[in-house]
Amino acid sequence: MADTSDQGIPAPEGTADIIDTDYEIGQDNIETQIGPFGLDVHNPVFSISGLCIVAFVFYALALPEQAEAVFGALRPWLTSTFDWFFLGAGNIFVIFCLFLIVSPLGSVRLGGADARPDYTYIGWFAMLFAAGMGIGLMFYGVSEPMSHFGTSLGGVTEEGGVRTDWAPLGGAAGDEAGAVRLGMAATIYHWGLHPWGMYAVVALALALFSYNKGLPLTIRSAFYPIFGERVWGWTGHIIDILAVFATLFGLATSLGYGATQANAGLNLLFGLPIGTTSEVLLITGITAIALISVVRGLDGGVKILSEINMGLAFLLLLFVLIVGPTAALLALFWDSIVAYGQNILPLSMPFGREDTNYMQGWTSFYWAWWISWSPFVGMFIARVSRGRTVREFIICVLLIPSFVCILWMSVFGGTAITQFLQDGVTSVQNAPLELKLFRMLAELPLASITSFIGIILVIVFFVTSSDSGSLVIDTITAGGKVDAPLPQRVFWCIFEGAVAIALLIGGGLASLQAMVLSTGLPFAAILLLMCWAITRGLMSERAQR
Amino acid sequence: MFTHIMVPVDLAHAEKLGRSLKCAADLARHWGSKITYVGVSGAAPGALGHTPAEFSARLARFAAAQSELEGIKTGHHAVIAHDPSSDLNKVLLKAVRDIGADMVVMESHLPKATDYIWASHGGFLAEHAGVSVMLVRA
Repeated sequence: MADTSDQGIPAPEGTADIIDTDYEIGQDNIETQIGPFGLDVHNPVFSISGLCIVAFVFYALALPEQAEAVFGALRPWLTSTFDWFFLGAGNIFVIFCLFLIVSPLGSVRLGGADARPDYTYIGWFAMLFAAGMGIGLMFYGVSEPMSHFGTSLGGVTEEGGVRTDWAPLGGAAGDEAGAVRLGMAATIYHWGLHPWGMYAVVALALALFSYNKGLPLTIRSAFYPIFGERVWGWTGHIIDILAVFATLFGLATSLGYGATQANAGLNLLFGLPIGTTSEVLLITGITAIALISVVRGLDGGVKILSEINMGLAFLLLLFVLIVGPTAALLALFWDSIVAYGQNILPLSMPFGREDTNYMQGWTSFYWAWWISWSPFVGMFIARVSRGRTVREFIICVLLIPSFVCILWMSVFGGTAITQFLQDGVTSVQNAPLELKLFRMLAELPLASITSFIGIILVIVFFVTSSDSGSLVIDTITAGGKVDAPLPQRVFWCIFEGAVAIALLIGGGLASLQAMVLSTGLPFAAILLLMCWAITRGLMSERAQR
Repeated sequence: MFTHIMVPVDLAHAEKLGRSLKCAADLARHWGSKITYVGVSGAAPGALGHTPAEFSARLARFAAAQSELEGIKTGHHAVIAHDPSSDLNKVLLKAVRDIGADMVVMESHLPKATDYIWASHGGFLAEHAGVSVMLVRA
């Protein structure tokens, strides 16, 4: 008979510097039964998060004009007043991550010195990419390079000494080749190192303080070095509630807008009527698939869908690269990397900028958006990253996704720009945002097949954001417990779909999306503190070895 | 008749496992079998341990205490699942094969409406395990 004394443990965990705290994970949880459903939720994070979300939805529905006036004004004020702060913070995150790659602290392993990775590179990468950015690439892969190319080519215009154009930096008036390079650099800047640096900081902080320091897998744990034991009280409750809030509303508003966009695509392909009924049906369908995925769990649901989507996205990328202007795209890929390298410093300069429309309307907006999503994406990345060294972690969360984004933008945006410059195709330029990808594909062979794959990708990327988001919210509202009863994650998944439908029918998507964005400001400050907490945490790990 | 009995345990609710533990111990004494207590946890810190090693050590202490209390031969088998809430059934089924058990004794709740959507863990094991499964109502 086999000796069963220690089987099942991945490996001896080796040395790790556990934080000595009296807090017991789950000590504030309420375990109860509602009808046939068992619940194990954190008190008061679960109840306050749920009630606040319901209250805000009612507010947005009952007083739509007031809500739009308040939150609608909040967004431009935030992105124009704090542009320097967002840009400066974004730069610090990238520098910090690059420092960790080369520093000796990069050798610390998440989960203890002898921990082994939970997932293979492919499964891990597919999941972090599908949760973090997949859907954005589908919508902006064609439109953003086109947009920055167009404004760069248009050059600088001024009125009363103030620039009115949206060109990045000084533009490239009349210089087509220069406008392509600047347009690509300006796009990649928004999808490359900086957003992934934000995700990496949050994910690393959570993974380190959970897997190495023994604290619960919830946002507040990353603040232990700053707030100490107070993190288990109201300070921590507010941090977790804010994270739930940003995650649920971020997902619900994206789902609402995504349904509008998917509806437009399906209308183009199959003539599905455009209207609220179709959109509600789409949200219901996406939520239903997400529901199956969350119930099947990380391995049986989320990972499988993410891998399928990554495979499909790769095939689509390969197809466009091969049937599109291959040589020009490959050249553009290299040119884009060079242009990104040449322009990253001026583009990321927080002060002394003249291109305020680009800086505030694009960059500052994007930074607030990525940062408001970082608790969700960061926590999900942390959940699947145990067993990696910090160096490996940063390379895979920062450098490889940035590289993939450069490739994606070069191929999709480059094809659309080449179609415009060489063949005079203007259908992409004139199409609304949600249809730009399909207009570009329509100019290539087998358009009906590739457009269908495009629609599948859009829908499944929404599913992968929705299911991973539900997992994250469930873990936070269960006080960091990863083994809470299944009905809880089912509740959050349905709740998220219901909020999206309510906002879609009653209006209010714009105002709540603006509100989500406003959480980017406090989180940006929080992320800066996290950099310090990570450094301290890693130093104590090194000292332990 | 049975040489190795597997008893899945949720250490967070060990106080509620009295009947199934007693039942398994009686059977083990009767057949001279060994009992292996199987516990499942996630890699993230939980109430039962900050690390997988701590969780395993806790399960080992539980098995040793049962051995002393009941005068039977016991062992333990700690499994770390990626997503314990979803993976529990599959993990337990695999554990039956991994430890070479020829009988499972486990606690199971009274039937309820949600069993039509998600089978109880005991129900799943009884349906799919190739060995005898004895369910003890809580």
